Amino acid sequence: MTAPASPPTKRDWSWRSRHVRGLLYQLIALGLIGLAVWFLAHNTLQNMRVRGIQSGFDFLSSPAGFDIGERMVPYESNDPYWMAFLIGILNTLRVALVGIVLTTILGTLLGIGRFSHNALVRGLCYAYVELFRNVPILLQLLMWYLVLIDGLPSPGQQVSVFGVFYLSNGGLSYPVPVWGLGQGLAAAGALVGVVLAWLWARRARLHFEQTGQPRPVLLPAVGLVIGCALGGWLAGGAPTAWSIPAPGGFSMEGGSSLTPEFIAVLLGLTLYTASYVAEVVRAGIASVPRGQAEAASALGLSKGQQMRLVSLPQALRVIIPPMTNQFLNLTKNSSLAVAIGYPDVVSISNTAINQTGRAVECISIIMLVYLTTSLCTSVLMNWYNKRSAIKER
Amino acid sequence: MNAASFRPIAPRAAPVRTEGALPWLKRSLFSNAPSTLATLVLLGLAVWWLPQLISWGLLKAVFAPSFEQCQAARGFGACWGVVTEKYRLIIFGRYPFEEQWRPLIATVAMVAALVASCIRVFWRPWLVLLWAAMLALFFGLMFGGFAGMEHVATDRWGGLPLTVLLATLSIVLAFPLAVVVALGRRSKMPAIKTLCVVYVELIRGVPLISVLFMASFMFPLFMPPGTSIDVLLRVLVGITLFSGAYMAEIVRGGLQAIPKGQQEAADTLGLSYWQAQRKIILPQALALVVPGIMNNFIAIFKDTSLVTIVSLYELTGAMGLALNSDSDWRPFKIEAYLFIAAIYFIFCFSMSRYSLWIERRLSASKNR
Repeated sequence: MTAPASPPTKRDWSWRSRHVRGLLYQLIALGLIGLAVWFLAHNTLQNMRVRGIQSGFDFLSSPAGFDIGERMVPYESNDPYWMAFLIGILNTLRVALVGIVLTTILGTLLGIGRFSHNALVRGLCYAYVELFRNVPILLQLLMWYLVLIDGLPSPGQQVSVFGVFYLSNGGLSYPVPVWGLGQGLAAAGALVGVVLAWLWARRARLHFEQTGQPRPVLLPAVGLVIGCALGGWLAGGAPTAWSIPAPGGFSMEGGSSLTPEFIAVLLGLTLYTASYVAEVVRAGIASVPRGQAEAASALGLSKGQQMRLVSLPQALRVIIPPMTNQFLNLTKNSSLAVAIGYPDVVSISNTAINQTGRAVECISIIMLVYLTTSLCTSVLMNWYNKRSAIKER
Repeated sequence: MNAASFRPIAPRAAPVRTEGALPWLKRSLFSNAPSTLATLVLLGLAVWWLPQLISWGLLKAVFAPSFEQCQAARGFGACWGVVTEKYRLIIFGRYPFEEQWRPLIATVAMVAALVASCIRVFWRPWLVLLWAAMLALFFGLMFGGFAGMEHVATDRWGGLPLTVLLATLSIVLAFPLAVVVALGRRSKMPAIKTLCVVYVELIRGVPLISVLFMASFMFPLFMPPGTSIDVLLRVLVGITLFSGAYMAEIVRGGLQAIPKGQQEAADTLGLSYWQAQRKIILPQALALVVPGIMNNFIAIFKDTSLVTIVSLYELTGAMGLALNSDSDWRPFKIEAYLFIAAIYFIFCFSMSRYSLWIERRLSASKNR
């Protein structure tokens, strides 16, 4: 029985060495991938030459030549392609951001509803989740769009609510304040209020940590924001001018409006994703052991304090990672807007492919946009997740 | 004993009943003021809505495939006639009308094989053979071209058979890919690990529709000039690559749940890497991820509806095909939508129930 006196210091370059084999496997894998990429690239270039397809991103600066019904920045049909893509990206972000906010609210309510003492509320939330989760999102989008287009009256006979909201299959018109000095000052005031509220919350926390005496936070904070905004509005002369929509000859005049495409995409995405968010919230709340709430009430914390200081922080830790996934899913599902003609980035790319034939470039743009969004959301959520994770010594 | 001092104490009140219908009602519907209010509001809504819904969907609905009756009932009664008239087009798409018994048998066989795969008794090596035979039967029936059956090209396939085919085949093909990628992502070799991470994150970061666009627009460019690949095959490759990335993450979750000691014990026994994975790690890990894979299958089943955007006429697309060209029936599209929504719902709901059931079965040892 002879044990090696010392481990070999020299690298063993024989086939038996794990390192050598590992290196070899990796080289083979890289070689195969490289070969595949070369094969595909070679074929693509050859095909493009044979079919006379031009390549490159130079088309982005040539005029697009198509109109976009829904835009957040001024655009005309002879503007360049990159403008069209920019509008598509903005439209995607708009529907995704609004959808995320709405879906979080609705999903959280539904998730909490699953714990209601009331059997009807519980059953209703369960039925909602199962109904909306088990039907494809594309089908739901198509159905909402059909309901909005077929079910609502034509723009001539729109339904009016209080004479300020008008709903027809041309969209929803709503009043907006006429932007002036007063509104600007009010917004600035609200911003100042948020900063002041944050400072107050910090001071209250420091005070609590030093003395153990709690100070009210929520009411003063809300008061500060509203007060500062009101102060700004009054300083600007308290303007009350609103632009109220009114039926015109062919379309609505005044106010602002949402297109039926936007409403359908938003409605479909929100209702569908909310069913998933509800499940995430339910699982998060269920993951906090009952003993935690009991211990908190034994310490004399009120029901609200229990929720805010004990149960919620622990539930959030479980909720955040899957919630991030749902937000990303919602953003990615917004690409289905192409099916009902909402001009998001996929829809614009589709038109651009049909017009210019530059499939490789346009699909790369789509993928780049979604990858960037996904990565940004992941980074943001990982940061938040780290903040709410258990602080281990 | 003094008789005057004897005074019977009053009988104790009967214990409060906590079982039965009445206490349940009180506890779960009228326990406090907000709960009572919610109950009353919801009951009120039900009393208001349900009769309307039943009247629209059943009592005043038209079931006969008569366009005139549907037109007359418009606004107050559903027109299920559109389903009775068009159901064969919706379910089988553009498949030749007289030959539709073939996709019917093929789909039933495929669903039967799926159900069999969900039952534990069938989790045996010969299940693979069963699947091979089943797929041969499926494609034989769908393509035809022998035994007197007319040849039907893939561009005429459609409806439910296509949905079931795309979902099943992409999961079956993605599974081996997912296992390899999941192992690769945990590998100590940096190049292989990087490749796997890039593949998974790239695919998971983009929507399925962009992968399908790639399959539809870019794939023809990738192939040597002169070769043309069937659009069904291209889409299938796209969906497989897509679901493979998601499934790899599920499998990786299962691998991570296996204690490190298992791998170390296998190493101590002198098993090679692949022996250890095949005999020790994977059997334990894969049993853990069955519910996850099932959920992935549900997601892919729903996502197959997207292939209609690249003009393959599965269930959703076939419905559009059946109604868009027919101006008589087009106004009753919503009823047809509800019909296919019900088909999707039945499939997905039963699969999610199965997933829950298997999850409880798997964690039975923990819940003792």
